[in-house]
Amino acid sequence: MSVVVPRTLKDALSATAANPSALIIQGGTDLMVEINFNHRQPTDVIALRLIDELRTFQINQDNKQVTIGAGLPYQTMEHGEIANLLPALAQAARTVGSPQIRATGSIGGNLGTCSPAGDALPVLSALNGTVNLQKADSARSVSIHDFMIGVKRNSRQPGEIIVSTTLPIVTGWQGYAKVGVRNAMVISVASCCLVVDRANGTISVALGAVGPTIVRCRETEAWLATKIDLKTKSTVAPKLLQEFGDRIAEESRPIDDHRSTAAYRRHAVAVLSRRLLTRANAQ
Amino acid sequence: MKTNSEIYNLTVNGETHQVRDSWVGESLLYVLRERLGLPGSKGACEQGECGSCTVIMDGQAVCSCLVMAATAIDSDIQTIESLSPNGVLTEVQNAFITEGGVQCGFCTPGLVVAIEHLLSQNSDPSELEIKEAISGNICRCTGYGRIFEAVENAISVRKANNR
Ligand SMILES: Cc1cc2nc3c(=O)[nH]c(=O)nc-3n(C[C@H](O)[C@H](O)[C@H](O)COP(=O)(O)OP(=O)(O)OC[C@H]3O[C@@H](n4cnc5c(N)ncnc54)[C@H](O)[C@@H]3O)c2cc1C
Ligand code: FES
Ligand code: FES
Repeated sequence: MSVVVPRTLKDALSATAANPSALIIQGGTDLMVEINFNHRQPTDVIALRLIDELRTFQINQDNKQVTIGAGLPYQTMEHGEIANLLPALAQAARTVGSPQIRATGSIGGNLGTCSPAGDALPVLSALNGTVNLQKADSARSVSIHDFMIGVKRNSRQPGEIIVSTTLPIVTGWQGYAKVGVRNAMVISVASCCLVVDRANGTISVALGAVGPTIVRCRETEAWLATKIDLKTKSTVAPKLLQEFGDRIAEESRPIDDHRSTAAYRRHAVAVLSRRLLTRANAQ
Repeated sequence: MKTNSEIYNLTVNGETHQVRDSWVGESLLYVLRERLGLPGSKGACEQGECGSCTVIMDGQAVCSCLVMAATAIDSDIQTIESLSPNGVLTEVQNAFITEGGVQCGFCTPGLVVAIEHLLSQNSDPSELEIKEAISGNICRCTGYGRIFEAVENAISVRKANNR
């Protein structure tokens, strides 16, 4: 049994190289629940909580991208610079758990768990984010869409540490909305992130908790671009808005489970996506 | 950098405690209560939902049930026990008593820690900020009305005391 609490990423990477199957823990808000309920009995643990490098963010020089450390807690994304540059991420972060959970929970942990209900993930998907991983002797970056491979499954290799995610700064409206059974502390029943890229005249819509991983609605995105000019603000006619939501619902792949039914989830993503598109064109 | 999982030190309420013979997966809540003789933090759900185990770790309010104790080395941990070391209650604790914010009392330590944390950062919070700050703490008895009254009362007593 060993517990390693490195202070630098370099030391953490040596630790994962020495013991690729050791359990990595950041905030512990997913893992400790499993451990407390005896669903997991760790022996070797590498804790990333004291690594400052993973708890920072950088705005890349040309002001086109933000790179967010895997260990940065959600509470840092709710306000300030990240919230200004990535409002959808701030909105998603704001919906996670409670202040106690947001003080330690991280995007690295959300990616590690890779639940279809993870609130950061639709934002990463809608923004075409990149996940940056490192091993002691190598580094790679993968698209979020290649990182998420199934329900609670991702393409991280043994020994790899998720170090950060890189997200583009987009001009245009973006937002996140989620349905749950109460206001605070609730895992999503269905969620939606919508990003309008005014410069390129495109829209992207990603849905949470309605498929094995996040669902990107590429068909509806392409369809809408043929119906309205996304480079300028335009009112969306009620009929078009209706059809937009219907098409989004059509692209979702929800199931019945302990949290909700497929039918309700399909309805919810139609309503959420229409609401977000309306907001996008109101401001 | 490496801690032997069987013996490690935690800094709780300003004192260094040695933890012996502990299993690596033990939560900070468990270690505080069962190994360090600090039963003030309560455990109800052990899944981050109820907030009754709230402690301050490096200046943040966190659920001690979600902290792996063996990784909490080199951190400053403050529990409910730190608030009134000589038995003199804080304004928040007094207000809970005078406003009837305590019924069974199980949620109280976590709520008091969360509220003390809020007031240490923001001495004059709005109603929404108060609600937000305790949205991670569940009380099954009071219906929260008396808890909000206790917070309002504590704020005005603190103001009168120039805090
Ligand atoms: C009460 C409660 C409410 C919650 N509410 C929400 C919610 O509303 N929305 C939501 O999305 N989630 C919620 N969660 C789940 C959880 O908080 C999030 O998934 C969070 O992002 C996990 O981050 P963490 O740092 O705590 O992860 P940890 O528990 O530390 O780790 C989670 C997984 O990721 C792996 N991992 C972590 N960091 C890395 C890394 N850098 N490299 C490689 N692997 C890594 C771990 O090995 C583990 O498999 C909630 C949890 C609780 C207890
Ligand atoms: S016991 Fe920790 S939140 Fe309930
Ligand atoms: S007083 Fe009983 S749970 Fe709050």
